[in-house]
Amino acid sequence: MSGNINWFKYSSPQTFFPLAGKLAFWFGALALIACAAGVYLGFFVAPTDAQQGEAYRIIFIHVPAAWMSMFLYLVMAFWAGLGLTFNTRLSGMMASAIAPTGALFTFIALWTGSLWGKPTWGTWWVWDARLTSELILLFLYFGFMALQAAIDDPRRADKAGAVLALLGVVNIPIIYFSVKWWNTLHQGASVSLTKAPTMAATMLTGMAAMAFGFWFYSIAAALMRARCIMLERERASEWVADYARRSG
Amino acid sequence: MNWGSLENFLAMGGYAFYVWGSYLVTLGLVIAEIVLLALRKRSALARLRLHGTAAQGNR
Amino acid sequence: MLATLRCVIHRDLLLAARRSSDVMTVLLFFVLVVSLFPLGIGPDPALLRTIAPGVIWVAALLASMLALQRIFASDHADGTLEQMLLGATPLGMTVVAKVFAHWLVSGLPLVLISPVLALQFDFPQELLGILALSLALGTPVLSLIGAIGAALTLGLRGGGALLSLLVLPLYVPVLIIGAGAAESAVSGLGGHAQLLLLGALLAFAGAFGPWAAAVALRISSE
Repeated sequence: MSGNINWFKYSSPQTFFPLAGKLAFWFGALALIACAAGVYLGFFVAPTDAQQGEAYRIIFIHVPAAWMSMFLYLVMAFWAGLGLTFNTRLSGMMASAIAPTGALFTFIALWTGSLWGKPTWGTWWVWDARLTSELILLFLYFGFMALQAAIDDPRRADKAGAVLALLGVVNIPIIYFSVKWWNTLHQGASVSLTKAPTMAATMLTGMAAMAFGFWFYSIAAALMRARCIMLERERASEWVADYARRSG
Repeated sequence: MNWGSLENFLAMGGYAFYVWGSYLVTLGLVIAEIVLLALRKRSALARLRLHGTAAQGNR
Repeated sequence: MLATLRCVIHRDLLLAARRSSDVMTVLLFFVLVVSLFPLGIGPDPALLRTIAPGVIWVAALLASMLALQRIFASDHADGTLEQMLLGATPLGMTVVAKVFAHWLVSGLPLVLISPVLALQFDFPQELLGILALSLALGTPVLSLIGAIGAALTLGLRGGGALLSLLVLPLYVPVLIIGAGAAESAVSGLGGHAQLLLLGALLAFAGAFGPWAAAVALRISSE
């Protein structure tokens, strides 16, 4: 054995399908453990905040969800770009698989941000730079999903989505910069979020645990969705027929 | 962090609506995503068995 | 190659002239939308003066988006687009020519009429130039970005609404900076920083937009 790694062994849907199933299971289990640890730390170890009382505990969902929303967009754009460059079917499927989960975390970040804002800033919505950029990120996800849904041919859908996702990635720093700058210019109208609660170590650990939990969950969800996409698209394949028969 | 009693824990210092509103909605959405994925897989398999595949000589 | 570009621009302008109602519709939409805001908000002059740049910019954005579908749709329908794809001229250059013609017909009129509309809002007369200049720099960027969206959604059902969903988030920085130019001019800070930023956006969009649109056109035409 020369020890050459076959990098492309799993680049076909047929070989990736069972691997994805196993990985999804294990990452799901890890996600449960990490989130359980995070919630425990968040509710039973982290102390009450001096300024915000118990309301700050929303941070254990809000911040990790926001991190995930941005991270998943980058990963989605990466897979999409890979698929566009190398014309690989699986990369495009991965990008499409990630999008809904990314949109979900973006929504969670907005929802929890709003619920956190009401008791602390006094209103349900503030045109704070981060919430506003997050809202636009949600629109970027929806645009990607809508474009792919509108195109019947899967190959065209993959490639068109890839162009849009890459366009979005280039724009995200520009959007964030312009929104942040717009927000500071109009500072009078908004409440500054920069005075976040000073972080106790336990708070940070709790947030980190939740972040890992969300990350593992995202991997599991995306892999499960990728399996569905494979079953839907690879109708013409022998291995799909076998699988359908076996799991009857 | 000792809450003292279940009532204190559920009350969240008066912010129960906001804190539990966040956590429960997040949990609900995550469960919804998992359920929807399971349903999607089931209907994909059902359609495959119903229509057969090109490999089996259909369509 | 310049001859080809001139030819493409000339053809598009000729086609637009023959269907001048399309052009007028966009312009009228712009004027109408701007007029709707005072009707919805109230005639308080101080308030109107404050919202004038934002309102005009949003209306220009929406009007510009209305016109986007036409960039490639008719060429796609009658087969000219395929000829362009197969032709000797780099597709990116053809896109530049088409976007330029499109801007002349649906962007430039907005720029020219904006001072008149701004006066309806009692916008300070000496600052009308900055508002018009911000639109002059910004509307080409909108056309360039919009062309990519139009190329991606070529021939799809859901048409205009889908295109808007794709393109509006990408328009946000242009809107913020563009409207900001006039707004900071009003508050005495001068709009130069924003105008320079718009210039940079225009250079960036001009350099990469046509290439991205060309890639998108090839994807949509397979």
